[in-house]
Amino acid sequence: MTAATAPRPGGAMVEFDSVGLRYGPDGEILSDISFNLQPGSFYFLTGPSGAGKTSLLKMLYLAQRPSRGIVRLFGEDLVAMPRQRLPGFRRRIGVVFQDFRLIPHLSARDNIALPLRIAGVSEEDLSGPVGEMLSWIGLSERADAHPATLSGGEQQRVAIARAVIARPQLLVADEPTGNVDPEMAMRLLGLFEALNRLGTTVVVATHDIHLISRIDNAQMMRLEKGRLADPTGALRYPPNRA
Amino acid sequence: MIIPRVPVQHRRLLPDRRLSGPTPWVIAILMMLTLLAAAAGIGLARSAGAIGDAIAGRVTVQIVTANPVTRAEQAAALRRGAAAQPYVRTARAVEQAELLATLGQWFGGEDGDDPVLKSLPLPALIDVDFVGGERAGQLDRLRALVAETAPGARIIPHAEWLGPVARLIRSLAWVAGGLVVLMILASAAVVIMTARAALGTHYATIEMLHLIGATDRQIARLFQRRIAIDTAYGIALGSAVAAAILLLIGWQWSRVTAGLAATASLGAAGWALLLALPLLAIALAALTARQTLLAALKKIL
Repeated sequence: MTAATAPRPGGAMVEFDSVGLRYGPDGEILSDISFNLQPGSFYFLTGPSGAGKTSLLKMLYLAQRPSRGIVRLFGEDLVAMPRQRLPGFRRRIGVVFQDFRLIPHLSARDNIALPLRIAGVSEEDLSGPVGEMLSWIGLSERADAHPATLSGGEQQRVAIARAVIARPQLLVADEPTGNVDPEMAMRLLGLFEALNRLGTTVVVATHDIHLISRIDNAQMMRLEKGRLADPTGALRYPPNRA
Repeated sequence: MIIPRVPVQHRRLLPDRRLSGPTPWVIAILMMLTLLAAAAGIGLARSAGAIGDAIAGRVTVQIVTANPVTRAEQAAALRRGAAAQPYVRTARAVEQAELLATLGQWFGGEDGDDPVLKSLPLPALIDVDFVGGERAGQLDRLRALVAETAPGARIIPHAEWLGPVARLIRSLAWVAGGLVVLMILASAAVVIMTARAALGTHYATIEMLHLIGATDRQIARLFQRRIAIDTAYGIALGSAVAAAILLLIGWQWSRVTAGLAATASLGAAGWALLLALPLLAIALAALTARQTLLAALKKIL
């Protein structure tokens, strides 16, 4: 990765400026979205169903370009960026999907190893990190199990392990606790918090207000009808330089 | 590389279902038909070429003088006179026995010894082969020679009566060539449809791979390898069946020694082309798959 793609010292990791998103000829799903995400911070994205949380996350993990506005990630303008440069940026982002999106014919071990293999890490070099990750999520004994034979919570942990194994700079999670019981939800949140302490910027979309209160210093973004509210006052754009 | 190298662990990203779909079998049928059409086209083209070479510079002079003695004298004089011309390669008098044997096939007399056959007033025939050059001028000069040596004799250029046959055979060769092209296009269409279907079937996997940073080339290589291998199986099967059919036909053809059929053969270059076709087909399939996949992947962000 070139030095030019690193966030500016003291700069935001993610910058959205007056971003709008529309699908087809209908009105905008998201309008005038402006915020900055600082490196090493923890953010919750909340809002009612249909508010546009998933669409906003899609732009964050580069599955969608905005219809208007400016999106800067790691210091680079992503709107005008050529498509062939996107994979390099995606390798710096970990994504946990609400529906896990594990590859069904691969074992838990192979699903977790996927980002490293795609990045060209040799089999010799990836066996250690994959083993550690399996141990970390408590699935060492089920490393060769396929997703269909794993419980919802186990699949969720595999999905999280896959998202974080390449040590992403930005972790985006869409309703990561939506399919698990409260106890598992707290354990997963603990994983995110641990990653955040290691320097990863975390963005978690959730409906669960109890979850939000569990993380100290987390900032909250609230989406309503495609517009962003800023309850904590930390997301103003231009960044609060006070 | 026709079949790209992909690490074993990456190959597992696609489920292993070799030869389960219709693609290898459709490709096998198309490959077999392509090879048979190509063999027919090559054989016909060579046959048309052989006939063309044979007839282009040959004429037969037919001397029909009623008096057999005069007829024989005119024939001998014309043969000598023609053979001495610089524009004539060979001049050969067709033996009476040869004529009788040919006619005997139609009149029923064995070896031309039938008395009725022998009583027929057969013309004297002189076959003249020109050297290469301007045919019309050569023919005019021969006409002058014939008018002087054997007045009343008819000159029959072989191209007049065998030409349409050669043209028909050449047309059939072009039709066979057209069929080869159409079947190659059909094979390419099958590969394109297979590639698109594979992308549709594995869309979720592809989307996931994209989102974790896989490049189009990495993804395309996976599918290209799978499609190239499946296609290669089909091509190998189709080629094997076509080879068996061609060898059987070749064995039967080797017994045909008379007439136009005897001029048809594949020749070393023809066999080489037939052997190259399957390899070209595999390369074409891999290239088509790659281009189709890359074009389709570009539509996904």
